[in-house]
Amino acid sequence: MPHIPLEEHLPGITGLLEYRRDTAEPIRDLTQLLLRGPSSLTEGERELIATVVSNGNKCKFCTAAHTAAADVLLGDTVTAELVKTNISAAPVSEKMKALLVIADKVRESGKLVTPAHIEKAKAEGATDLEIHDTVLIAGLFCLYNKYVDGLDTALPADAGYFNVLADRLKNHGYARLPQGYDHLKKQVSN
Amino acid sequence: MAHIQLDNDLPGIRGLMAYRPEIAEPLNLLAETLLRNDNNTLTRGERELIGTYVSYLNDCFFCQNVHGALAGHYMQCDIGEIENIKQDFRSAEISPKMKTLLSIAESVQKGGKQVTSAQIEATKAEGATDIEIHDTVLIAASFCMFNRYVDGLGTWAPQDKQFYVERAPRRAEEGYQSSVYK
Repeated sequence: MPHIPLEEHLPGITGLLEYRRDTAEPIRDLTQLLLRGPSSLTEGERELIATVVSNGNKCKFCTAAHTAAADVLLGDTVTAELVKTNISAAPVSEKMKALLVIADKVRESGKLVTPAHIEKAKAEGATDLEIHDTVLIAGLFCLYNKYVDGLDTALPADAGYFNVLADRLKNHGYARLPQGYDHLKKQVSN
Repeated sequence: MAHIQLDNDLPGIRGLMAYRPEIAEPLNLLAETLLRNDNNTLTRGERELIGTYVSYLNDCFFCQNVHGALAGHYMQCDIGEIENIKQDFRSAEISPKMKTLLSIAESVQKGGKQVTSAQIEATKAEGATDIEIHDTVLIAASFCMFNRYVDGLGTWAPQDKQFYVERAPRRAEEGYQSSVYK
């Protein structure tokens, strides 16, 4: 049971974003800009960064959500799975591998990112902006993972939930829909 | 030197915010809402103290000094007292409720799953409300992001701690949303 009273039909981060709408707004805006805004990294690649960090932090809700989003955006389920278990074997570019390694270091501590990690990413063609965004996406998912688990939010009862969520993240991004999550409430009460 | 070319010589997160101003906007709004908005039963000083303590645990020099100086400013205490709280908050002269909230922040810094039901019960027994618990967890999580951003990109920080103390009154006055280039 969550440490604070959250609406039962809203698992994981969704209940927290509705609990405190004023702090949710900048968190949503930041996520939308970083994961869906203009970038030379694809939306799928950026979801992989979110996935690798959430998986490293062992946050079940965020890992499942962003794995599902990456799967939908990339059109396969192998890439995200391999990124979580063995970055070097994943079917992504050498540049992405170097960026995913940086993200995983940031997850542990910002201080673990060395000039050698940065040089490697640059040698594989990463731009300063891509490195910047990788570090901040990794930082942002540390926020999410700690927020979601620190308040002990619930997992959805039905794993199919994540497929619905992935479609929503693909088609609508991270902005709050005008009706919030009322459509989910209706599904629960049905 | 920062890991990427920022094209400015501003320290810490300010150099990053000047580099990517559209990203700075939500970051500053988050800080403003969590730390400075007065529609909150935790004082500004208490909230800055949570940010300071988490930044200390993450060993982020820039953040712990910026926010430590702000905490000292709001709490009207000497920066030495803030240093003592960072090093041993359990023996510090702060409220029992704040001690239980700092203990939760400490757990969040290690990992969200480290927060136990016993810690939540203990803080409620000292009078903490659900929203105060929520805000403590979110402030701690936010500083885990800010600290990683600042150190993960290898930004520089003024080493003289007095620099931060002198800037604090102005930051307290102007808030976070005007912070980027000043």
